[in-house]
Amino acid sequence: MMNGLEKSRVRLGMLPLADAAPLIVARSCGFFARHGLDVELSVERAWAALRDKVAAGVLDGGQMLAPMPIAATLGLDGVAVPMVTAMVMSLNGNSITVSRALHARMVRYLPEGPTAGSCATALAAVIAEQRERGGRRPIFAHVFPFSAHHYELRMWLASADIDPDNDVQLCVVPPSQMVSELESGRIDGYCVGEPWNEVALQRGVGVAVASKHEIWNNSPEKVLGVTRDWAQEHPNTHRAMVAAMIEAARWLDIEDNRHEAATLLVSEHMLDAPAASIFASLRMRTGGIVFHRGAATYPWRSHAVWFILQMLRWKQCWLAPNFSDIAFDVYRCETYREAAALVGEPCPRADYKSEGARFIGSPTPSTDGGSIMLGPDAMLDGSIFDAADPLGWLKLQRHGLPTVGYASLLSANVRHS
Amino acid sequence: MKHANRGLRVMLVDDDQARLAMMEQALVAEGHVIVVRLDAQADLLAGVTLHQPDVIFIDVDAPSRDTLESLGQIHRERPRPIVLFAARSDAETAHRAVHAGVSAYVVDGLHPTRLSALLDVAIARFEVHQALSRELSAANARLADQRDIEKAKGMLMKRRKIDEDEAYGMLRKMAMDRKQRIGDYARLLLAASDLL
Repeated sequence: MMNGLEKSRVRLGMLPLADAAPLIVARSCGFFARHGLDVELSVERAWAALRDKVAAGVLDGGQMLAPMPIAATLGLDGVAVPMVTAMVMSLNGNSITVSRALHARMVRYLPEGPTAGSCATALAAVIAEQRERGGRRPIFAHVFPFSAHHYELRMWLASADIDPDNDVQLCVVPPSQMVSELESGRIDGYCVGEPWNEVALQRGVGVAVASKHEIWNNSPEKVLGVTRDWAQEHPNTHRAMVAAMIEAARWLDIEDNRHEAATLLVSEHMLDAPAASIFASLRMRTGGIVFHRGAATYPWRSHAVWFILQMLRWKQCWLAPNFSDIAFDVYRCETYREAAALVGEPCPRADYKSEGARFIGSPTPSTDGGSIMLGPDAMLDGSIFDAADPLGWLKLQRHGLPTVGYASLLSANVRHS
Repeated sequence: MKHANRGLRVMLVDDDQARLAMMEQALVAEGHVIVVRLDAQADLLAGVTLHQPDVIFIDVDAPSRDTLESLGQIHRERPRPIVLFAARSDAETAHRAVHAGVSAYVVDGLHPTRLSALLDVAIARFEVHQALSRELSAANARLADQRDIEKAKGMLMKRRKIDEDEAYGMLRKMAMDRKQRIGDYARLLLAASDLL
């Protein structure tokens, strides 16, 4: 078999979302075929279903929310089949949308030219007002307990001193039902990926008040995930898959190709949304989905540590993990570098980077002896996060308190000298 | 021990009326109570809060499965076992999932008398998972205790120039005086020494 592939027929799962584009492009534009892979895409209706099928081996792998493989490896997701990722499929692209009714109440507190920060402050004022009148707490939806959406929503709320566990009510709604739930008034806002913010906007149901790039710029959204065992048994197939997906991502970040990509998504009928919103979702713009530029596909281990911290901060994790062991195990920089070498993709030499300190793009040394320009990674709450001292960051947070004792975390992460 | 789990409060979630009826009949015949039947678009959180089921049956491919995942997170103190069922065409999913221990799957068209046995399997597996999570936490804590007690002892021996037994005695007395577990106190000492 070509390149010594352990397996050339591969079934990969995806959800009907705009940021599944690298999978669709890799198949339709022949990138998978070029690496000897015959890929069947299976459109799943829930992240839980996709995860179960990957865990059970019905699917070889698939698009996953970036925190999912970490939750699986830590055993927090109830299935506990360890998973890994060697490639990030997309950055940015999510937004927080509120209903027109809620927005109308926020408007009084909004300055001209509202930002993600001032919108959160306005929401805090509306919540205080409502509390005085004895009204119910606003209800905000996200898509999955272990999702960047969930953590972004909480970070946005906490940035204006809104306690996500007490001042609002959070729930999970499938992306395709978000707009109708917002319209019916069952929820007051949501954090979701495209095209579901575009649909709300185009139907006049909601107003976008914050986007992922304002909350944490160029932060990871979806990854290509497989089980740890599968990765071990199929190193060559895994490498070929990642290489093809890097090529697809590279193709997608050429502006002229975005229109063709959107046409592809519409013609494949995989997304149950109006064509106009799919085209708008893939348009290149500030805060839009990033597939490739700024080493977007590279699985930074600092991102993994960040997600473990969110699981701790928001009481999803009841264990005291060793941060660098888990990041090393789940985010596979080594596999990425091997795959990147196959397709002439320069990649960062470091496994970790600081997060939050880049307000403008800056270069990082690359494996080819040159450098790669990384995009800004500033955070809405002004956090600067050093993966060498994750507990230092955790201690600074006002809202959210780990159920795991600080002492246990400390002892699980004592640096061995 | 045949069907230890009788009289369970069951919530059924599906859009397929025929399949619902088949499951309901089989479960009721085994002495279980169907507290609510919902279609896949319904508000599952409200359904669970209102009807307090012991176990939930849901289609493996229902979009609202992600909502149930969050339920497991919210109600960690009282999570509920979930039985997934799949269309007959998706039997591969079911068989592999049962084999991999993902969850208990019921395949559509399965003989109704097997439903209750599968329910027992689902609950047993759920309980094993819960126990494992607890054990894992406890085992981690024990390991951390051992490691930190050793480290704290070493630190005391070096700083106070005393032998191992003396160091352990001192650590134990200090912990007892403060009414703390020796492992926790060792960690406090280490954390404090990190700051010096």
